[in-house]
Amino acid sequence: MADRDRRNLIAYRIAQELKDGDVVNLGIGLPTLVCAFIPPGIDITLQSENGFIGLGPPPAKGEEDPEIVNAGGQPVTILPGGAFFDSAESFAIIRGGHVDVTVLGALEVDAYGNLASWMVPGKMVPGMGGAMDLVVGAKKVIVATLHTTRTGESKLRRECQLPLTAANQVDLVVTDMGVFQVNNGSMILLEKNPEFSVEQIRAATEAPLEISTQLKDMEIPA
Amino acid sequence: MAKIVSVKEAAAKITSGSSVMIGGFMTCGTPVGLVRELVKTGVGDLTVIANDTGVQGDGIGMLITADAVTHLIASHIGTNPETGKKKIEGTISVELVPQGTLVERIRCGGAGLGGFLTPTGVGTVVAEGKQHITLDGQTYLLEEPLKADFALIKAWKADRKGNLIYQKSARNFNPIMAMAAETVIVEVEEIVEVGEIDPDHVMTPHFFVDFIVKGGEIDG
Repeated sequence: MADRDRRNLIAYRIAQELKDGDVVNLGIGLPTLVCAFIPPGIDITLQSENGFIGLGPPPAKGEEDPEIVNAGGQPVTILPGGAFFDSAESFAIIRGGHVDVTVLGALEVDAYGNLASWMVPGKMVPGMGGAMDLVVGAKKVIVATLHTTRTGESKLRRECQLPLTAANQVDLVVTDMGVFQVNNGSMILLEKNPEFSVEQIRAATEAPLEISTQLKDMEIPA
Repeated sequence: MAKIVSVKEAAAKITSGSSVMIGGFMTCGTPVGLVRELVKTGVGDLTVIANDTGVQGDGIGMLITADAVTHLIASHIGTNPETGKKKIEGTISVELVPQGTLVERIRCGGAGLGGFLTPTGVGTVVAEGKQHITLDGQTYLLEEPLKADFALIKAWKADRKGNLIYQKSARNFNPIMAMAAETVIVEVEEIVEVGEIDPDHVMTPHFFVDFIVKGGEIDG
């Protein structure tokens, strides 16, 4: 599977988790792709933690408004019915449990629902931005990540080694190999990419793995 | 009543060693004219409190390039590699604070509160050295308020008294910082007569604002 197809598979699957009326915050990068796969008839409201709801697609070239940017500072649009607010209100929305789902990337995620996504000591210390608040505050936390690092190491760890973004908050992990439910010390494989066998997935997963009795294949986007 | 001053007069008020809150998110809503003029004054040893340091050479990044900042309190520095480089070299100390905690600490500073309890950061490096308080089975960190000598903020429109309206996602930290500093200087795109802004539309009431600078025309 090409890299692009693997990312689309993850985004497509996460989009199926969203329910009509959900307020959703998508992280930068892979999570942003989820927008492209929202099923018809499902109306969700995207929140941008720098201060608005109703986040729309990027503007056409030449139509950028420097005062409408996403949490990565990139030009975006606001949809009809959207609303702007200040940063204190934005994080009251986030911490207050008013965001139904947040989707974030990961450097590591572990069997206890711990997430490491914001720094590699001595190498990369960009800061946590709004990620710590989002992971603690959102009702449901979904991690979107490729299953292994570029060097082939499992990102689904027994225990995170890198500094945490938040402890015990992750609910679901969706990778290019499968869909995993965090289960206090293990991960339960709920669905698998039909390209892989359970044994291949087990070999690529450091976290203790359980297999759901209702294990099924992930749907491959058209 | 707020006083309308030139960008030069405004920047000259900030002395070396001051703590300065600066509004904006990745330069969106940053008072860029004020920051540019502040760099020209040659001021140094500043403590800057801001969401981020913009990008290299723009927004708050101009103060980083000029070595005017010795201490930074921010949620994210990844978009300006120069800040990270100076942190490693040891010329700037950086305190990274989760964005929601940062803005709430500023809000507390302006609202007369002695701090607040947040679940954000529990079980992470952010919790180190902080008091943990458990209420109804939920563990929180005690976070303390932030205040500053100056706040440099950006609004869309001011009336001559200093009532402010922000525009779109450029609002972000600006109205919160306007409450938390001893001296508040706002850069605006337009100054209108008193009464021209509907009181229902005022986002920051005038008494928070000490000085108004009209951006654009008097830049540079």
